[in-house]
Amino acid sequence: MEYTLEAKNISKYYSGHVALEDVSISIPPNSIYGLLGPNGAGKTTLIRIINQIIEADKGDVIIEGKKLNPDHISIIGYLPEERGLYKKMKVGEQLVYLGRLRNMSKADAIKKSRYWTKRLEIDDWWSRKIEDLSKGMAQKIQFISTVLNEPRLIILDEPFSGFDPVNANLIKDEIFRLRENGSTVIFSTHRMESVEELCDHIALINKSQKILEGEKRSIKNAYRSNTFIVEHFGDWSNGQAGFETLDKKSLSENHFQSTIRIAEGKSPNELLSSLISQTEVHGFTEKIPTINEIFINKVKES
Amino acid sequence: MSKILLIIQREFLSRVQKKSFLLTTILVPLIFPAIFGVIFYFMEREESSAEMKTVLVLDESQDFDLNEDDNFRYIPVDGDLDHAKDVFNESSEYGLLYIPEYDLENPRGFAFYTRSAASIGLISDLNNTMEEMIRKKKLEAYSVDEELLDRLRTNVNVTTFDVSEGQEKESNQGLAFGVGYITGFLIYIFMFAYGGQVMQGVIEEKSNKIVEVIISTVKPFQLMLGKILGVASVGLFQVLIWIVLMGTVFTLVMAFFGIDMTENMSQTQNLSNEDAQEVMSLVSQIPFTRVALTFIFYFLGGYLLYGALFAAVGSAVDTPAEAQQFMFPIMIPLIAGIIGMNSVIQNPDGPLSFWLSVIPFTSPIVMMGRIAYGVPAWELALSMVLLILGFLATTWVAGRIYRIGILMHGTKVNYKVLAKWIRMK
Repeated sequence: MEYTLEAKNISKYYSGHVALEDVSISIPPNSIYGLLGPNGAGKTTLIRIINQIIEADKGDVIIEGKKLNPDHISIIGYLPEERGLYKKMKVGEQLVYLGRLRNMSKADAIKKSRYWTKRLEIDDWWSRKIEDLSKGMAQKIQFISTVLNEPRLIILDEPFSGFDPVNANLIKDEIFRLRENGSTVIFSTHRMESVEELCDHIALINKSQKILEGEKRSIKNAYRSNTFIVEHFGDWSNGQAGFETLDKKSLSENHFQSTIRIAEGKSPNELLSSLISQTEVHGFTEKIPTINEIFINKVKES
Repeated sequence: MSKILLIIQREFLSRVQKKSFLLTTILVPLIFPAIFGVIFYFMEREESSAEMKTVLVLDESQDFDLNEDDNFRYIPVDGDLDHAKDVFNESSEYGLLYIPEYDLENPRGFAFYTRSAASIGLISDLNNTMEEMIRKKKLEAYSVDEELLDRLRTNVNVTTFDVSEGQEKESNQGLAFGVGYITGFLIYIFMFAYGGQVMQGVIEEKSNKIVEVIISTVKPFQLMLGKILGVASVGLFQVLIWIVLMGTVFTLVMAFFGIDMTENMSQTQNLSNEDAQEVMSLVSQIPFTRVALTFIFYFLGGYLLYGALFAAVGSAVDTPAEAQQFMFPIMIPLIAGIIGMNSVIQNPDGPLSFWLSVIPFTSPIVMMGRIAYGVPAWELALSMVLLILGFLATTWVAGRIYRIGILMHGTKVNYKVLAKWIRMK
């Protein structure tokens, strides 16, 4: 399969410290790819290398089968963590200018800007200066400038920090729509829970190294621990071998929440039937590890 | 390349569309002639309204015969100095002049009393009057005839010729001085004003945080160059408007006061036809085309050289206040150039003039001071080549600082850090 983006053995050194050490990632087409890790792990460095803002000291970036080159500027849309607009420029002029910097023709840039401002219902503001706009409006302009050139690769660095909840949702919706239309999206964030639901592929980066990469579902499966959370009325005495009660909380009188791990060879149904025989079961869910938990586990391992 | 043009276009339009641009562009050519006009008006008025001042004279030498002149009317008083002072204090006259008995060979002890500090001009007039008096006394004492003295006085006018270009030509030092000083000073002002604008623009982009979006589409160097050239085009455009506006205002003012330029010209010619023609021929001796071409070259070269440095400073800091510490080393050579100009203009071929007009950091200012006097071709060529090399060098250095600096927020930057950025791969 041809990946939309492949980074091969990327290393970047600054005097005194290593920003990235031999990092490789493969981003499948039409995916939403989460680049996760704490602050200072090297995510922004990697993103800047992909955007040709800085050069890698070692390694190659391949986009759609071709080595990274200036032509790629026109197929990428980039929303950096440090973002802003020219305050004195008018909305329309600004969008057209940024579009043309991404190699769009003037006519095309105007057409798409008109389309997007209309779509996000801010076309009345076309001739207003950015400094006259509310923060929320400016955020919409910022987003439009990122997707104006209908990028096949959209790169969002900490997209939800600084955006108000309404705009954050709007961005989510538009991101899904763009993906449906064939775009590939890279999310970079240190707030792992915020993008967990969005991504279908993830890479975990810690201390300038990649520690985990793959499809989100299979990673989560791999880190399942056969643990179940049960809500039940009436106490349950764990008499059988093969069930281990990790935790038992009393929610109210005679109402408990237990965390139970099942040993190899036993099935959840066996646990359930044991529970039913003694208590009234109100809830039964598998405890699936969050990305955050996986990350912490992984860091502890290494 | 087309992206640099796009950036230049944005820089140009965003500046030209500002109200402040419109305001300065229109007001400057109006304000300057207006200021000159007001000063001129008051000077005229003062001169005509200056009234005759009355001065009491106590002449103990009994030797002076002071007659009324342009500034003073003299009234003799008697008695000793104390008495004269009393008289003066009771009177409302302007001053009291005391002339003691003096030695003709070594006259001293003269004094002038006033109630308020007397102006230097008046004192010097008074001095001249007294000196003239004593000179006459001396002539009498030595039995020298004034007429004889006049005949002894010979007046020789040395006409200066410049033979450096192989052909003799009359040169006029005064005119060359004026042209050199004004063009050099213009370049100095321009580098500060528009260099400052480049720096502000860079700081603005950095603090707006738009810069990262931009440099994901163009090379930092392209962005820097586009900004520098964009501001330069604004500058040229503004200067062009000023020239046109000032010309128009000047003509209008002339017309308003009923002075017809051509009539005025022919009048001067009638008055002293020969002199006027001499002036005209001298003016035509100043190589104006050459001065203009050199001006444009040094103006652009100097601006590019300093513009790059200003951009580098802007990229390294977060606020204009922080920029102050890095401005100092940029301002030093500029100020050295404008100070050096004074001695250069008095001695255009001295070693100081040579070095200042060859070193790229001062040459844009100082070479303009020398150009009207005529500069050997090889020196001009050397200076120009060095300026081009200089601006390539500063642009390269600035580019290296800029590409790192614009992405740095909140870091404390000093010269050591800058040096590290320049070396960084």
